[in-house]
Amino acid sequence: MAAVQTRSERALNRIAIAAVLVITLIFLAPIYWITATAFKPRNLATTIPPTVLFEPEISPFVKLFTKRSQLREAPAPEEYAAAPWWERMVFDGGEKIVRSGRGEVQPSGYPNRFMNSLIVAITSTVLAVGMGTFTAYGFSRFRVKGEADLLFFILSTRMLPPVVVAIPMFLMYRVVGLNDTHWGLIILYTAFNLSFSVWLMKGFIDEIPKEYEEAALVDGYTRMQAFFKIVIPEAATGIAATAVFCFITAWNEYAFALIMTNRRAQTAPPFIPSQVGSGLPDWTVIAAGTFLFLLPVAIFTFLLRNHLLRGMSFGAIRK
Amino acid sequence: MTQIELRGIQKYFGAVQVIKDLNLAIADNEFIVLLGQSGCGKTTTLRAVAGLETIDEGDILIDGQPVQHIKASDRDIAMVFQSFSLYPHMTVYENIAFPLRATRMGRNDVDTSVREIAGVLRITGLLARKPSALSGGDMQRVAIGRALVRRPKAMLMDEPIGALDAKLREEMRAEIKRLHIKQGSTTIYVTHDQVEAMSLADRIVIMHEGILQQVGSPDEVYSHPANMFVAQFVGSPVMNMAQAIVSETGGHASVQVGGQAKGFEFPAALANRLSDARAENGKLTLGVRPEGVLISRQAREGFMPVEAHIIEPLGSHDIVDLKVGDQMIRARTKSGFVPGAGEAVWARIDPVQAHFFNTATGSSLGIRL
Ligand SMILES: Nc1ncnc2c1ncn2[C@@H]1O[C@H](COP(=O)(O)OP(=O)(O)OP(=O)(O)O)[C@@H](O)[C@H]1O
Ligand SMILES: [Mg+2]
Repeated sequence: MAAVQTRSERALNRIAIAAVLVITLIFLAPIYWITATAFKPRNLATTIPPTVLFEPEISPFVKLFTKRSQLREAPAPEEYAAAPWWERMVFDGGEKIVRSGRGEVQPSGYPNRFMNSLIVAITSTVLAVGMGTFTAYGFSRFRVKGEADLLFFILSTRMLPPVVVAIPMFLMYRVVGLNDTHWGLIILYTAFNLSFSVWLMKGFIDEIPKEYEEAALVDGYTRMQAFFKIVIPEAATGIAATAVFCFITAWNEYAFALIMTNRRAQTAPPFIPSQVGSGLPDWTVIAAGTFLFLLPVAIFTFLLRNHLLRGMSFGAIRK
Repeated sequence: MTQIELRGIQKYFGAVQVIKDLNLAIADNEFIVLLGQSGCGKTTTLRAVAGLETIDEGDILIDGQPVQHIKASDRDIAMVFQSFSLYPHMTVYENIAFPLRATRMGRNDVDTSVREIAGVLRITGLLARKPSALSGGDMQRVAIGRALVRRPKAMLMDEPIGALDAKLREEMRAEIKRLHIKQGSTTIYVTHDQVEAMSLADRIVIMHEGILQQVGSPDEVYSHPANMFVAQFVGSPVMNMAQAIVSETGGHASVQVGGQAKGFEFPAALANRLSDARAENGKLTLGVRPEGVLISRQAREGFMPVEAHIIEPLGSHDIVDLKVGDQMIRARTKSGFVPGAGEAVWARIDPVQAHFFNTATGSSLGIRL
């Protein structure tokens, strides 16, 4: 768009751009801070004033993924020489990597929690968006008795804050044996996201003219085929947006994860802060964990950016 | 070879009856135009035939088989929607190929069929485009192509050119006619534009508030309208309608209009014919199209003096509003025939072009002079 602008409009435009830049910087600052800390040597992490220029290293990540213990005395020179470069970094920090009797490196709790987060967030997103799309299609295209009441009811599941339902849920889960299981969290997050997904998808599907499907019906397709061949591609933008929101919610969820899981199915959000509390916190390790934790959402959103930016389906229907 | 028959169709939306006892038989290869005002149930009728709408009563028969319980996808009927409904995420090629992909047709055959129909419709150059990059006329061609490509039993078109501008509409009208002659398929075409209906139809079906008013060739519905609604709906400018009193004076019949003592002169046979039709005087409506109102600048035998009230010059001809008592009657004249408003002229009604209706029921008395 290159519409004609007056001089004052152009000046206003510049001011607006400057303001947007400043706001963007403010929003990016914490992300920069976490990222920078994740690559700092431990002694620079908590300096005052903060260290801005430093030589980045990856020791925080090595520490993040391994189980370590404090060194009481410096390692023997031959042990130090035999160690691979990444193990030396840990030695340099005054710690040593715990190995099993057969010499295998023991992993920290982080990789497991990260995997748990991925499993729970991806599965619950797929379920919530999939079921939400079907439900929304039903509400959008068929006359449903008490549609308004049902939709309100669906949304109402979202109105109670997690803290209120967490304890009863915990007790119920204990009875059915879903505590500290992946499925337990998946069901919880799916239920939680479903209301949101139904509402959002209904809005998107309402925007798709019925006539597209009707054209497919007279063209010889069943309603199910029309749904998959016409509605789903037309709703791609909505599905992408809904998926991003559901994924972010499930990925970041803290309260339920803290109460419902402790080891087997624990996700990253309750794990990362739990590390702060044990002994003297190593902020670089925590920052490294947080940094990695930010990546999936960033990557997912980046992959779907075209869908998110593209407006709603554009005019092959003349109105 | 496809005949379509509608028998006693009734359709309700909630408590509102939208189609009232519709009966219609459509012959193979016939081009039927459903004509009627907005909201009269044309689209609903079409959708019922396509299988997109259920009916509450009656039968829809395709080639003698009742289809009202058969799904749209199994009726083998194609439809062009008012809004075209091209799938936006598919190219023109994919759009046209879409109905073929629902069948078991092989890749090469699909390609051949798509290219053939694209050639007929002159859109071969557009096959790679997305619908959003097409003009209105091109979208319409693609929509027709998608409907025709699998050689359906019947074509249904819902105001397919209603959204185009006037010039393009005229062009596409001719094109649709050409295609119908070339491809020949049973077609039901919906429009509210009577010019479109007249120019395209083998037979026109006129509907009003869900009730079928008349079925006939364009000439039939124009020259022999079955009732006052059809008479006024078909033809432009609309037919003049006036309450009339018929009496017999001195060897000819006199038709008084607009409360005037002097009436238009008609052949004496009119009175007998009227009594045959058992029409009571005073409840009779005279209808005459503007071209049936003859005008003279001088007093003439059988002509009645009237006043020219308003003149609308339309280029090829003028429409002159004549004041007859308290009634306005519009006449069609050569351009500039009546030089100005207020002019005294003499008028007569061509008995051959006059229609008589029962005012109470609105139906034609079927009197031809
Ligand atoms: N799904 C529906 N629910 C309720 N009423 C409907 C529905 N579809 C149509 N109607 C009503 O039925 C009547 C006939 O509608 P229809 O669409 O058949 O008219 P139409 O002759 O095609 O008019 P137009 O020229 O405006 O397209 C209208 O009064 C309309 O309001
Ligand atoms: Mg319509």
